[in-house]
Amino acid sequence: MRYAGAEPVRLWHADRDLRGVDAVILPGGFSYGDYLRAGAIARFSPVMGELIPAAVEGLPVLGICNGFQILCEAHLLPGALTRNAGLRFIHADVSLTVTNAATPWTAGFAAGQRLTVPIKNGEGAFVADEATLDELERTGRVVVRYSDGALNGSSRDIAGISNAAGNVVGLMPHPEHAIDPLTGPSADGLGFFTSIVGALTGAGA
Amino acid sequence: MSDKDTVEVAARTPEAQQPFKELGLTEDEYQKIRDILGRRPTAAELALYSVMWSEHCSYKSSKIHLRNLTPTEDQSRYLLAGIGANAGVVDIGQGYAVTFKIESHNHPSFVEPHQGAATGIGGIVRDILAMGARPIAVMDALRFGPADAHDTARVLPGVVSGISFYGNCLGLPNIGGELAFDPSYIGNPLVNALCVGLMKHDDLKSAVATGVGNKVVLFGSRTGPDGVGGASVLASATFGDDGGKAAKRPSVQVGDPFMEKLLVECCLELYAADLIEGIQDLGAAGVACATTELSAGGDGGMFVDMDVIPLRDPNLTPAEILMSESQERMMAVVRPEHAEAFLAICRKWDVEATVIGEVTSDGLLTMTWRGATVVKIPPRTAADGPVYQRPLARPENLDALQASGPESLARPADGPGLRETLLALLGSPSLADKRWVTQQYDSLVRGNTVLAMPEDGGLVRVGEETGLGIALATDGNGRYCTLDPYLGTQLALAEAYRNVAMTGAVPVAVTNCLNFGSPEDPVVMWQLAESVRGLADGCKHLGIPVTGGNVSLYNQTGATAIHPTPVIGVLGVHQDVRTRVSAGFAAEGAEVVLLGRTGEEFGGSAWAEVVHQHLGGRPPAVDFDAERQLAILVTAAVSAGVLASAHDLSQGGLAIALAEACLYGGRGCAVALRGDSFTALFSESAARALVSVVPGREREFAAMAEEHDVPATVLGVTTGDALTVEGAFDIPLTELSQVWTGTLPAIFG
Repeated sequence: MRYAGAEPVRLWHADRDLRGVDAVILPGGFSYGDYLRAGAIARFSPVMGELIPAAVEGLPVLGICNGFQILCEAHLLPGALTRNAGLRFIHADVSLTVTNAATPWTAGFAAGQRLTVPIKNGEGAFVADEATLDELERTGRVVVRYSDGALNGSSRDIAGISNAAGNVVGLMPHPEHAIDPLTGPSADGLGFFTSIVGALTGAGA
Repeated sequence: MSDKDTVEVAARTPEAQQPFKELGLTEDEYQKIRDILGRRPTAAELALYSVMWSEHCSYKSSKIHLRNLTPTEDQSRYLLAGIGANAGVVDIGQGYAVTFKIESHNHPSFVEPHQGAATGIGGIVRDILAMGARPIAVMDALRFGPADAHDTARVLPGVVSGISFYGNCLGLPNIGGELAFDPSYIGNPLVNALCVGLMKHDDLKSAVATGVGNKVVLFGSRTGPDGVGGASVLASATFGDDGGKAAKRPSVQVGDPFMEKLLVECCLELYAADLIEGIQDLGAAGVACATTELSAGGDGGMFVDMDVIPLRDPNLTPAEILMSESQERMMAVVRPEHAEAFLAICRKWDVEATVIGEVTSDGLLTMTWRGATVVKIPPRTAADGPVYQRPLARPENLDALQASGPESLARPADGPGLRETLLALLGSPSLADKRWVTQQYDSLVRGNTVLAMPEDGGLVRVGEETGLGIALATDGNGRYCTLDPYLGTQLALAEAYRNVAMTGAVPVAVTNCLNFGSPEDPVVMWQLAESVRGLADGCKHLGIPVTGGNVSLYNQTGATAIHPTPVIGVLGVHQDVRTRVSAGFAAEGAEVVLLGRTGEEFGGSAWAEVVHQHLGGRPPAVDFDAERQLAILVTAAVSAGVLASAHDLSQGGLAIALAEACLYGGRGCAVALRGDSFTALFSESAARALVSVVPGREREFAAMAEEHDVPATVLGVTTGDALTVEGAFDIPLTELSQVWTGTLPAIFG
């Protein structure tokens, strides 16, 4: 967020307090060690008690990797993330295609734009029942897709989805590791962060 | 007996039989304990001495040799803390210091690969944490039996998943390491883990218990029955050919990386609040080791109430509590007035913390359990341990081995033969693409990784504004060391030094993990002594210190020891990571230049191994002056922005370096060789590197090479999508890639 020109504010998991922020990013990591199921325990953190209603009210929320898993466990997003096909952790640079550039987190991209962003996950295969997947596709809620097939076995190559309103987005890839070619494969991921800053400051896309 | 075996009972019953042999102590050592105490030890004391005097904890066989590594004044220029502390601390400028160390977890990783390797990461991370540093990256150097051996299929996937599980969850980037296969390691895999931590100069912590009345706090996981006598005893005896393995199986520890993450953040907050007088991680020998080392390093004694130690199993005996190697625990010495603030920070991080005792003035380590005293010893006698001058013997067959060099082996005679040889080497498990392994590691977390595997060295940014960074590489070559442990160790040092320089960093410090067979075998002890001597001489020559390390002995099955395998880690300081280059060809039309001199050196080479399964002769010669000049040249050229890529030459020589530079960069090259093509391609002469020059700056680079007295031979140019050696062969990148990437997935799935 600092690279994108915004002021990052840390939220503590045990505080029922969003500290007046304009948007929330649930980052990757291994909350509670991924014990039980990735995200299953963190979903009950006190801060989630504030975040869930705020997100329902329209607060922009981006969940990355473990953050995506938490959003699914919290039922802010449909479906679930399960063990990768092959059952091994996978870290690789992958090509993504932006399929919905209308969310506040993707408004800076063009639909169809290709991005190079790393994935690194053990439980990254998105699954949902066929009706839900059809509904996500039909309503444009598939936000990004793996361009060359999903290494982790994600249904329909889905890499990220949004809620119906579009303010809550979950991504399995890590755009925060693609903000500077010095420390990542590209700077393509920065667009997610500049998009939300643009949306919040009214600068538009 | 152990339930009620108090100091008082022990004094009254000198005749009681004690299981000292089962705990790994010799008759002499047991008698020495009785002499120190003036009575027989209690069961708890016996347990304590047995783990503290184990090879793993006491270095009793290697200590006299390791003294050779004490840095000279010249080598100590950048040192804030050296050998003896948990890990050495190096000044890297701009107010920053780093501490790094490599440690083995070989035996546990054979017995239970996943947990053994995972807890290896956990242990070395706590070592670094105990110095006051924030751990910022890990590396792992792995060696297994043949890739297609049945047992490798059990051990390797488990080791890799353990490192992946623990390191990724802990949020530490894995930035490099090694993967090698050799029949010598079947039944004795080598799992060496390195961690590097960052601190400000003032943050250095010490492992001492000073200040009478200060509180001793145990915090982190509860103490359980896991790993009782694990690393300490397990890693201090040879695996038998029989039931020995089965008997020791339950003693491997189980890791909880999430607890370790909490412990890391908790400790860093405690340091920032300046609430700690002394701190020690609990590794091998658990509470026994932490209490004896803290009190031995301090100025007084220590009292511990064992009844308040939080247990996972209430039935543990005092001996078991002392020996337990339950993971994710730390011990701190805290002023009484800071205790409440200390405990509050622990609560914030959900880390259980208990005041278990205090610093005393009587010079004794005293522990009570259920109202009676079960330990009362002078702590230094346990912490210092015995020192052995074990007999050394040069191997009887060494002359014959060195005489049976690779000269008589059949060499490829023409272009197609050279092509076939290159592909055979490139597809061999030790040289093939390692992505099957490295794809399971997160190299990016924390957001400061600039270079990671398969690059020559890992490179991490430290200062976001200034570009200050640190580079790390580890190297080892057991085949070279079997032929000549002195030279082989120096070659490992030279290679790690060279790898660090390839990133543009200046090498400044060394850590080492000495993996050898049984010290009770004079041949092994000779190998160890020669290896340490080689390392000491090499470091003096290069003017850089050994800042710490670890010795792993008893890596053998029955009478057969592994190749002597010192693994050497080198740390470098990078003034501006933004100038770094990759090992891969990054620019089209860039001049390709070979730096250094090539001789006919094939002893212990990858060619001799892969094509002829041959090990004999002498390893390549070492020339530290040439290494230093090469490093200075490459560092200066990277800094000046003259180079488009830089890759060191090692196993497989120029042929493998060319292939890798093409594959990493996704770009071909056309080169012409002088002299004998086979020697030019496959010799493993040291002090060499393959670079490509930014187009338009060729003359500038040639002048720099001349100025630094480094021979520079223009080989050709980067171009197209094939590796072309004029007059010999060309190989399309697609074919190179297939051969390179296919090997490990075909074996491991």
